Formats: sequence, structure tokens, C-alpha cells
Amino acid sequence: MLAFGLVIFSAILLIAFIYLRRKSPAVFRRIEAYERLNRLVGLAVENGTRLHISLGRGNLFTSRSGSALAALAMLRRLAERTSVSDRPPIVTSGDAALSILSQDTLQAGYRAAGAEDQYRVSTGRLTGLTPFAFAAGTIPITRDELVSANVLLGDFGAEAALLADAADREDANLIAASDNLSAQSILYASAQDPLIGEELFASGAYIGAGVSHDASLQVQDILRWLVILAILVGSFLKLMRFI
Amino acid sequence: MRIFTAAIAMASGLIVLLGYLYPLEMLTQIRGTLTDWAIIIAGVAVLVGVLNLIFVQLEKIRSRQKNSIYGVLLIVSLLGTFGLGLVLGPGNQYVQLAVDAVIVPVEASLMAILAVTLVYASIRLLRRRADVMTVIFLLMAVIILVAVMPTPIGPIPGDWLILQFAGMFSRGGARGLLSGIALGTLLTSLRVLFGIDRPYGGN
Repeated sequence: MLAFGLVIFSAILLIAFIYLRRKSPAVFRRIEAYERLNRLVGLAVENGTRLHISLGRGNLFTSRSGSALAALAMLRRLAERTSVSDRPPIVTSGDAALSILSQDTLQAGYRAAGAEDQYRVSTGRLTGLTPFAFAAGTIPITRDELVSANVLLGDFGAEAALLADAADREDANLIAASDNLSAQSILYASAQDPLIGEELFASGAYIGAGVSHDASLQVQDILRWLVILAILVGSFLKLMRFI
Repeated sequence: MRIFTAAIAMASGLIVLLGYLYPLEMLTQIRGTLTDWAIIIAGVAVLVGVLNLIFVQLEKIRSRQKNSIYGVLLIVSLLGTFGLGLVLGPGNQYVQLAVDAVIVPVEASLMAILAVTLVYASIRLLRRRADVMTVIFLLMAVIILVAVMPTPIGPIPGDWLILQFAGMFSRGGARGLLSGIALGTLLTSLRVLFGIDRPYGGN
């Protein structure tokens, strides 16, 4: 009942905030990594280099799919913005279904930008089905495909360290976030501007994916405050031996 | 067509969600059927993904790109293992050999490289980002390592205290991060469920 209530409450808030945000745009705090990503997208288009976007290994049948879906939303927007580039972004993933969705999303992005003929099916790649096979298949892309910026967003494990190291060796920029705690600590040590926790899900709002992403982020903030409140009230009641 | 695909996706999502929240007989049955279909599609997706991998490598070889020799090696190994698996079955000792003698050692080697890479990244962290949080991060990592690592003299005195104290903060932090991720996942799923985000090519 609580789960159902939470879903309904979140859905109502989301719809309400989408309506509100259409009237007045949202203002968010500064996140350095996303500001740099916006700069890097423009730079890659201008200097004829590529973006490498890795969506991780988030299986769509598990709870890890949330980060993969958030990464796909970001990919949709990035594909649209880089559609004018001579070198299209390369998208890698470690899950077959996610790989097909990435191709579909890329194509949708190009179509929306009126450049569907620029789309190449080979730009959405499945690079490996196990964590290290995925890393081993992805590292050569960073090295050989004239990549100026690597965006790792999705479900990564410890193999993220190898990808971050490969980016570092090539002196390429790295924007990275994962829903996995081990990967988050690894990326905290490896990336210039690490994205922590739920900042992964803010990508859409920060790269201009639309009012629904802005609204989603605001609902997330409200729910977080409610969770904090519930923890504090629960702790107090427990301390007073009411529960 | 796009509206049709979006409607199917949204209806399927809602049925699966309702079947999860309210396990009524009919909803559970439909949910099971939809999940079975999705699993079959995911199985076919692996084959499509492997074909995509071959296609990308063939393109590399055809355009004589740098290191395309590895592409040849990959395609030959892939087709060889796939053919052997089809003819002899996945349980055959020679097919198992491909896993035990190639994949396991290669992944173990990468794991070893990973350990060195992590140490290197930690050393470079102070040069990359010298702030208070970095110092706390490194300090905690060293303290925990000292507390858990085996020493010639056995456990160091007070290791349980370190683990209890550091564990208190790390457990709290981990729960906070996981709560945030759960909320993010919830909202992302709702966007997909309402057809606002359509990663299946609907928009």
C-alpha cells in the first residue's frame, strides 16, 4: 500500500510540476560536471572530434535499469545537439537490449534534428557482455576513434576504473556517474568532476532535455526532503520509545 | 505508428507495475506472460548485439583502421566458439576450455590491472583535486585498509573500533546515496511509463 501510495503521489507531483515548469523555468544549483559536458559538446562539434558515450551494463529487467533509462534520455539530447558534427558520437553498452535501445535513441535524436541521413548503425555498439569484456571492448574506442570526451553514465561496476584510466591516458575529458556504490567511489578518485548519488538522474535537466526533466528533478528533491523528515521523525519516535 | 508503440509500452508497463503492487490472479498471469515475452526478446537482442559487433569489426577491417587485426582475431574466435558450441553443445569439454583457458585468465588479469589502476588513481587524486573532501576520502581509505589488511603481527590493536567508527559513517552515507538513486529511478521510470521519455524510438 505504501509503495502504491508513493508511486501515485510521485506521479501527481510530476504532472503538477510539468504544468508549473511550462509557465516558469526552473533554476538549479551549479553542477560543474554538467557545465563542462555542455562546453565539451560544443567543442567536439567545433574541432571535429567525437564524444564517446557509454551507457554501462544496466539490464532492463533489473532495478539497475533506472540509470540506463536516464542515460538514454541524456543520449537522446546529446545526439540531437551533435547531429551537425562530421564525427557522430559513439555509444557503447554492455547489455544487448540496451545496445539496441541506444541505436534507436540515436536515430530518434538525428531524426528530431532533421539529419536522419547522418545516422550510422555502427555508432551504437555492444562491446561486451561481462564487466571486463565490456571494458576491454570499450577501451580501444577511447584510444582509436579520435575521442575528445568520454561520458560514462549508467550502471558500471569496478571496471569503470579501467575506462577512466584509458580516458586519462589519452588526455580525454571524462564525465562519469554510476548507480553502483563501488563505481561511485572509484570514479570519485578517477574523474575530474565526479557526480555523486542521484546527480546521475539530473543529466536530462542540466543538458536541456525539456521541462519534464526539470520537473522530475524537483519532485526528486521534494521526495528526498520527505525521506529526511521521515527518518528524523522515526528516529525521534524510536528514541522516545513510541515505536 | 509511434503513438501505437507508445500505447503498447505504456499499457505493458502499467500492467506489470499493477501486477507487482496488487498480485491479483489475472494481473499476475498477464504480468508473467509479458515478462516471458520480454525475456525472449532480450535473448534475440543478444544475437542482434553480436551481429552488430561483427558488423562493426568488419567495417574496421574493410576500411583498414588502426588495430583492425584484433577485429579479425575477434571474428575468427567468435565464430569458432559459436560453431563449436552449436555442434558439440555448451557443456562439451572443448567448449568449456574456451571459457576456462581463455576468458577466466583474461578477466583475472584485468582484475589484477584494476587493483594497480586504483592505487595509481588514488595517488593522482591529490594532484587532480586537492580539497578537504579528497583528503578525507583518502584518509578514510587508508584507515580502513590498515584495519582490514592482514599483518605479520595479526590484527592491529583497536581494529574493531576503527571498523565500527568508520563503518557507522560509511553505512549512513551509502544508505543516503542509495535512497537518492532509488528516488531517481522512480522518477525516471514514471517518465517512461507516462510516455514522456520513449527510449524505444517513439519520439
